[in-house]
Amino acid sequence: MALKIVKGSIDRMFDKNLQDLVRGIRNHKEDEAKYISTCIDEIKQELKQDNIAVKANAVCKLTYLQMLGYDVSWAAFNIVEVMSSSKFTYKRIGYLAASQCFHESTDVIMLTTNQIRKDLSSPNQYDTGVALTGLSCFVTPDLARDLANDIMTLMSHTKPYIRKKAVLIMYKVFLKYPESLRPAFPRLKEKLEDPDPGVQSAAVNVICELARRNPKNYLSLAPLFFKLMTSSTNNWVLIKIIKLFGALTPLEPRLGKKLIEPLTNLIHSTSAMSLLYECVNTVIAVLISLSSGMPNHSASIQLCVQKLRILIEDSDQNLKYLGLLAMSKILKTHPKSVQSHKDLILQCLDDKDESIRLRALDLLYGMVSKKNLMEIVKKLMLHVDKAEGTTYRDELLTKIIDICSQSNYQYITNFEWYISILVELTRLEGTRHGHLIASQMLDVAIRVKAIRAFAVAQMATLLDNAHLLTGNTQRNGICEVLYAAAWICGEFSEHLENPMQTLEAMLRPKVATLPGHIQAVYVQNAAKLFATVLRSQEGNTEGTAAQETSQLMIDRLPLFVQSANLEVQERASCILQLVKYIQKLQQKDVEVAEEVNALFAGELNPVAPKAQKKVPVPEGLDLDAWINEPPSESESEDEKPKAIFAKEEPKHSRPRHTEVDEKELARRREARKQEQANNPFYIKASPSSQKVYQDAPGVEHIPVVQIDLSVPLKVPGLPMSDQYVKLEEERRQKERAEKKKKEKKKRKEKRSGRGKKHDSGPESEEDITPAHMVDIVTEEMPENALPSDDDDKDPNDPHKALDIDLDKPLADSEKLPVRSHRPTEAPKSPAEDGDTESAAPQEPKKKSSKEKKEKKKDKEKDRKKSKEEKKKKKHKHEEGEDLLGGQPDEPAVQSEETNEVAAPPTSTSVSDLDFWLSNAPVPSNSQEAATVAAAAAPVPQEASGTAPDSEPDEPKDTETEETKSSKHKKKKQKKEKEEKEKKKKKKHHHHHHHSDGGGDESVQNGTVEEEEEPLPPMSNYCLLAENSYIKMVCDIQGNLQDGSQVVVSVIFENKCDSFLKSMEFNVLDSLNSKLQRPEGAGPHDGLTVPFQLPPGVSNEARFVFTVQSIVMPQKLKGTLTFIVKNEDSSTHEKLDFKLHFTCTSYLITTPCYSDAFAKLLESGDLKCSSVRLEGVNMPFHHLLARICFHHHFSVVERIDSCASMYSRSIQGHHVCLLVKTADQTVSIDAKCDEPSLLGNVLDEIKQTFSQC
Amino acid sequence: MIKAILIFNNHGKPRLIRFYQYFAEDLQQQIIRETFHLVSKRDDNVCNFLEGGSLIGGSDYKLIYRHYATLYFVFCVDSSESELGILDLIQVFVETLDKCFENVCELDLIFHMDKGGLSAAPARAVSAVKNMNLPEIPRNINIGDINIKVPSLSPF
Repeated sequence: MALKIVKGSIDRMFDKNLQDLVRGIRNHKEDEAKYISTCIDEIKQELKQDNIAVKANAVCKLTYLQMLGYDVSWAAFNIVEVMSSSKFTYKRIGYLAASQCFHESTDVIMLTTNQIRKDLSSPNQYDTGVALTGLSCFVTPDLARDLANDIMTLMSHTKPYIRKKAVLIMYKVFLKYPESLRPAFPRLKEKLEDPDPGVQSAAVNVICELARRNPKNYLSLAPLFFKLMTSSTNNWVLIKIIKLFGALTPLEPRLGKKLIEPLTNLIHSTSAMSLLYECVNTVIAVLISLSSGMPNHSASIQLCVQKLRILIEDSDQNLKYLGLLAMSKILKTHPKSVQSHKDLILQCLDDKDESIRLRALDLLYGMVSKKNLMEIVKKLMLHVDKAEGTTYRDELLTKIIDICSQSNYQYITNFEWYISILVELTRLEGTRHGHLIASQMLDVAIRVKAIRAFAVAQMATLLDNAHLLTGNTQRNGICEVLYAAAWICGEFSEHLENPMQTLEAMLRPKVATLPGHIQAVYVQNAAKLFATVLRSQEGNTEGTAAQETSQLMIDRLPLFVQSANLEVQERASCILQLVKYIQKLQQKDVEVAEEVNALFAGELNPVAPKAQKKVPVPEGLDLDAWINEPPSESESEDEKPKAIFAKEEPKHSRPRHTEVDEKELARRREARKQEQANNPFYIKASPSSQKVYQDAPGVEHIPVVQIDLSVPLKVPGLPMSDQYVKLEEERRQKERAEKKKKEKKKRKEKRSGRGKKHDSGPESEEDITPAHMVDIVTEEMPENALPSDDDDKDPNDPHKALDIDLDKPLADSEKLPVRSHRPTEAPKSPAEDGDTESAAPQEPKKKSSKEKKEKKKDKEKDRKKSKEEKKKKKHKHEEGEDLLGGQPDEPAVQSEETNEVAAPPTSTSVSDLDFWLSNAPVPSNSQEAATVAAAAAPVPQEASGTAPDSEPDEPKDTETEETKSSKHKKKKQKKEKEEKEKKKKKKHHHHHHHSDGGGDESVQNGTVEEEEEPLPPMSNYCLLAENSYIKMVCDIQGNLQDGSQVVVSVIFENKCDSFLKSMEFNVLDSLNSKLQRPEGAGPHDGLTVPFQLPPGVSNEARFVFTVQSIVMPQKLKGTLTFIVKNEDSSTHEKLDFKLHFTCTSYLITTPCYSDAFAKLLESGDLKCSSVRLEGVNMPFHHLLARICFHHHFSVVERIDSCASMYSRSIQGHHVCLLVKTADQTVSIDAKCDEPSLLGNVLDEIKQTFSQC
Repeated sequence: MIKAILIFNNHGKPRLIRFYQYFAEDLQQQIIRETFHLVSKRDDNVCNFLEGGSLIGGSDYKLIYRHYATLYFVFCVDSSESELGILDLIQVFVETLDKCFENVCELDLIFHMDKGGLSAAPARAVSAVKNMNLPEIPRNINIGDINIKVPSLSPF
């Protein structure tokens, strides 16, 4: 035995190790393959030995060979052997080899299950580690199912090294075994708060990866991630989280609002480019998810665009590339802000880096407008000429076509120009995109009726010069264009000037070299042309010409009859016979033209590409049902033939069935006939609905444009589009001049005094009229087509299986399979442990499981009933509360202390995402955010704002209060919500509580009610002025940054059916307050409101005022002028208003800690004043909320029916209140360092309460 | 997610290949060849990102690479990764190799495939970087954000 070992190790000395192998390969450069095959033979020998060291060495060499591309799957069993070695160095080699070459269909994998399990539970952490790493590469559904429980146990391993790996591999397990996701998720979530940053970041990675594919299931984690985002300093984690938020925001706009502020902060503060870039990306995602055009978001967009510009201008090509990439995302929603950087992007087109040029091209796509389309395309055409390398040129070509054809040719004003561009593109050698050009030509010619004459002329020229295009058919894809040309010339042959010539061109012998499908089209359309020619010739000459034409056809067609292509052959012989017949008739002097023309009569309508797919399945049609009764399964094989022969012998159940079926069938047949009668796609027996060419209505009305003959149609080689550009420019100039004249006249008539710079301004989009009336025929769709465009998802996506609701409570049956000897006494799985742990308060748990049973029943009954749905929601909430019971409170509190951002306590926030979101600090201005929090719930605000100072038991109290009350609150809330929604439907209700200034209203409403439902809706927006056209409401806020500024947010709402434009906002300045105007504007000039209002739309604008003294309230007179634009007329209108600057509007909600508050009061600098309010019968917290909301105070402390409040003016005056209440009487003692300000504020408070 | 890490030399010879998703051997070699063709055509002064090739991934995937002396380090990642982050990762990876082998060169990679757990090195570098609480990611070594010695990969 010992001898054997010694012998083995001596043998080993002569074995090649990996280094020898590598050296050997390098020394045999000429006959590498041969050398390697001898090596493989050696390895096979080595694998046969018993010595594990030899085997490991052999496997190690195999791993290297595998990398070089040699199949080593034959050694799979040996790899398993090495994996099971007890020595770590060998084990590692085994696992490495396994991870390189094992996959799902490797059959030896099933042998590894126990070995891996043993390694996972090994006391040596490196054994465990290497097993985890290896497993991650070759995990199969079976392995995942068998090992999920072991891996989950490892997630709580004492060593972070193992925990980290276990967390990461869980992702692979989820993919292979989706059932494990729900049982494992609670623990995974715990790992988000693991003390080890590595484990934490692993958990973030896994959850982000899961959430990226099924974001909606992970919305409830948003608060947790938000906390991580604001507290973490690890850029990797931050990037992941920020990317995740980017995926979540489209689902929850409120989240976006909450995110903007921390993200902009990060953008400003970070120096890491990667983080900056991701922040910008997510801000863009947020902005996309919010409805666009809100003024307070324009700042964020500007910031993004500005930062991206910096990236693009950077000399680092990588940043340039990413900048362009992100820019293209902004482009989709805010094209205006990107368009201003057109110069920069055009510059990038000249970059030496192709990737950057491609990105710039993408951007151009969105930047075109009617005005600059021609210019941009001209530039691109230049690039096409310059471009070296076909890939880039092809890309340019597709982009040109994309740009021009986007949104239904929206930007094309002159289709003649476009056709000539397409014709010019056909001169590209060796492009792959001939079919693309062809389809564009077809599309334009079919859908733009007015252009047909021109298109046909151009196509005829193309056909005439076909030899230029068909130089080398094999590698030349451009000949596809001839397909389109031939079809257009044939189909619209009535527009041809010289059909005979074109017919001849189409029947040239050279045509036979074209690809088959093009020849087929040639033949078919030659027949159409023939029909047209016949008609013209029969009309004017005595018939010899017509006969000559027939003869031409008969002479040329046999060429195609001999074609190898079946289609060509068939068509050619059909048509040949037809022409021969026609010739016979002609010889008998029969007029045939009409009849021949009837062959090709009828207009072809364009049909949308997805039309077929979108035809809805008619009601009552079950495509899965049997048409005939299926043979019953009990029938055995030999009975079947009998049944066929013994037909008269009736079966028991059949007759009844057939009867029913017959009736049913009759009914369906009837229905189908109806359907068909209405279906435009169904070819009907009677041709009545088809239109005949000559009398097709509509064709004549379309003004056919006279072709300017100065354009050289006959020279196909010349770039003609340039001339169109010039022509178009001239046309536009002329138009503009005319318009100017008209406008001047109008203005003179109307208002001679008001000279504006209006007409010198840039031409707006609508002002450019198309060169001629263009009727772009829309593509047809079936009636009641299904609007949805989904089903584009890949059914094989493994992530589809992971679309699992994670908020539902775990059922008892949902456990990870645990290995056990006797199934009856299964040991308590950790999953279960986790379950009971997390459900610490036993009561709700029981309840929820009971309710779940109910729910199941409900489901069976009727899923769609709204009641049940609501119930489900409730379950969700309760489940959340269960979770919070299980969570340790300490970390939450701790993190809060470090966390300056007023995030509400985690436990509460987990319990209710809505609540968290409703507390969302408002993006752009923090003072408003605080208002929201204060107004929403004074108590939680206190808890979060003063957590460090207040007694430790206070937050707990609030928490329990919160949870207790939340249940019965919810019911009320729901009712209220319903009522609200009804109201809202009836009419556009007032803007309550615009915390973000013009945000998405429906969401806003939801927010308000959810945060503190018994509160009536409040709004700081008060009516400013109103007439039959427009309504203005405004809110006045102090500006925290600048002590002398007040911001007035005005919402303009268009109440009439006309378009409101050119709005100007002007205010008569007083000595004390002035409207801030742009530099250079006179003191009496108005400010242009930066938007126009379509009917029924409202939008918000902000105006900044400078004030000097803030101790007194003030009123300012102002006017709004605007133009009401109808279809035919436009009138100037004006609306006067009075802006009321209350003293309250100079106050800014500022949180204050109780000790600071006490010091302030003690300092003795403050003057005292007090006021009493009688007959106030509202709950005390409502009262406080009102003061907070309307007067910008925050609650410092509240004890029973007594509360201290604080606020600060923009100029730094402290205002302190002590509010007490006792049976309907409220007394307010106030202190302030400015007595007159205080007096006015108190008066205003008094007024507020007298109103309600 | 990182889908694959490919290291090959200026002639397209694979030096270290790691796929995190199974591909058959011949397909792997095809991917390496395709990637090599994509990457080798590019100048050193153009950007380091490539839209994924036809074989690996799809539109969601990007090839992010760096070129050091005779070696190309190519990472194939999907859109959940930060592009700039991966560039730094490659940098740190190379630095790790440099530390392992003291002045890493292509030969080291050739001869020490097994040593020092090189095969696990990518994964290790990943975790190393991800665990580093860097106040900021050293974005680009060429700009000189941090002063780590650029490994001198001796020409081979």
